[in-house]
Amino acid sequence: MDNAIYKSRRRGNALATIASYTATGIGLAGLAMILIVLFWEGFSGLSLAVFTQNTPPPGSAGGLLNAIVGSLMMTIIAIIIGTPIGMLAGTYMAEYGRHDKLSSVVRFINDILLSAPSIVVGLFIYEVLVVPMGHFSGIAGAVALAVIVIPVVVRTTEDMLMLVPNTLREAAASIGLPRSLMIRHIAYRAARSGIITGILLAVARISGETAPLLFTALNNQFYSNNLNAPMSSLPVVIFQFALSPYEDWQKLAWTGALIITISVLVLSIAARALTGTRKAS
Amino acid sequence: MVDVTWGGARVGAQDATERAKALNKLRLGDVVFHAVTRGAALLVLLLLGGVMVALMIGSLPALRTFGLDFVTTQSWNPVTEKFGALAPIYGTLITSLIAMVIAVPFGLLIAMFLTELCPMWLRRPIGIAIELLAGIPSIIYGIWGLFVLAPFLQQYVQPALIAAFGNIPVLSTLFAGPPYGIGMLTAGLILAIMVLPFVTSISRDVFDAVPPVLKEAAYGLGCSTWEVMRYVVLPYTRVGVIGGVMLGLGRALGETMAVTFVIGNAHKIAGSLLAPGTTISATIANEFTEAVGDLYTSSLIALGLILFVITFIVLAIARYMLLRIERRVG
Repeated sequence: MDNAIYKSRRRGNALATIASYTATGIGLAGLAMILIVLFWEGFSGLSLAVFTQNTPPPGSAGGLLNAIVGSLMMTIIAIIIGTPIGMLAGTYMAEYGRHDKLSSVVRFINDILLSAPSIVVGLFIYEVLVVPMGHFSGIAGAVALAVIVIPVVVRTTEDMLMLVPNTLREAAASIGLPRSLMIRHIAYRAARSGIITGILLAVARISGETAPLLFTALNNQFYSNNLNAPMSSLPVVIFQFALSPYEDWQKLAWTGALIITISVLVLSIAARALTGTRKAS
Repeated sequence: MVDVTWGGARVGAQDATERAKALNKLRLGDVVFHAVTRGAALLVLLLLGGVMVALMIGSLPALRTFGLDFVTTQSWNPVTEKFGALAPIYGTLITSLIAMVIAVPFGLLIAMFLTELCPMWLRRPIGIAIELLAGIPSIIYGIWGLFVLAPFLQQYVQPALIAAFGNIPVLSTLFAGPPYGIGMLTAGLILAIMVLPFVTSISRDVFDAVPPVLKEAAYGLGCSTWEVMRYVVLPYTRVGVIGGVMLGLGRALGETMAVTFVIGNAHKIAGSLLAPGTTISATIANEFTEAVGDLYTSSLIALGLILFVITFIVLAIARYMLLRIERRVG
């Protein structure tokens, strides 16, 4: 055995292994640090007032109530608009056109929409909704978010329906169930937890989206339920407050960031738990 | 109408027509549901087309006024209404490049750790943690970058960089002071941290797709872990890894909030990476609501169009590559 070659191979391996360990260490430490700072700063500003008072003018105390309500309203509307469209499109791709050309084109385009820059979605909605309406509005923000929801739901619906065993479909067909009823009563039921997972992931995805709201829903310093008027949202308030020179505002920005992160983490973990039980059963 | 025999029993004409009616209703339901789902699928296509068309129409005034100058000049002056997109395009490309240069090796090494070196019981928790981090909204990374990373870089890292490379010809311009904290390098770093979970989880998935037989055969020949990675896993997954990297690049190019916080929003191309700059998305986010005049708004929309076209191409290549490796596995 050639000793020199053997040694250099060992050295190479040791080097790569060490690099791999270090990279993992640094990567995980970096990401952990972000979370630790976030929790530290966020929790120190957390109080009941955050949930009961509106965003304050600079220099006085306040909370994030209007932003939280705005975010919730726009998220719910976005899900109500986006989910049916996404589910139906996913259904077509998995049930009717599994192998036709339209499905593969839609699949490709959908995957691109899935990671397209969200600020472009904001510009799009600005052009088609805000300009014709003449003013910024909560509903425009919700539609912008819906555009982001659709590809997520399409993708998971299709994936989950693909996992439904064909024997179920055949059994349904053999007792004379029409296709549309088979899809609605058999396939959807079998894929239910997966589809719900997709919706949860979509909520998680849009709950932190800022860019598409900046020039659709804009912002509102006051409490407002009016969807036809500018509406405040957590991410936009964080953006505005973090870049301000006022310490109170910066504190609230951290707290808002914490609220968003916790809800995103809870949603993703819930989604994961749902699919986990489905696989186990 | 005659009586029909149905299942051995004689059924009246009345029943038969009712049955036919029910069947027709079901058929109609089928046709309608098919049409509705098809319509929804087409709507997804329309959505992309709509985005394209809306951006094109919106950017028409700017493109008509400036023509090709829009992408080749860097003056950005709202007062004289002269707009050139070179500085944001440059900033977008450079920050994404910095991000990828850092995130790709890190991501690949972490994926190597997860698939080859990590003890079995630790793989799932770390994998899950990375996937959860990939879902954290970018504004969180942005606020962290602004309040933690930027001051840290300003105080410790940037002065050291300036001092260390001060006398080396090329690097001295690349790292020319003063240390602002915010700037291209900081934005690139934040993007790297943000993209890292994506690159890692995709690389891990494609590494996992390598048939164990291939790796075991290599180990059986006496290959070291590194050699298995280098000569078996990487060649086998090359297409998938490139796809994953492109996907991460697509994210980095279009990322808005993480960058806007720390880029400094300066419309000029500076030789130094420490200088403030701007990116396409940061410019739009910062200026769109304050833009006065059609030409200004239109120029910003034109920026959006450029960004969309760039990311579309990058993402299309990424998807194509990932599709190829999926086909090979499936």
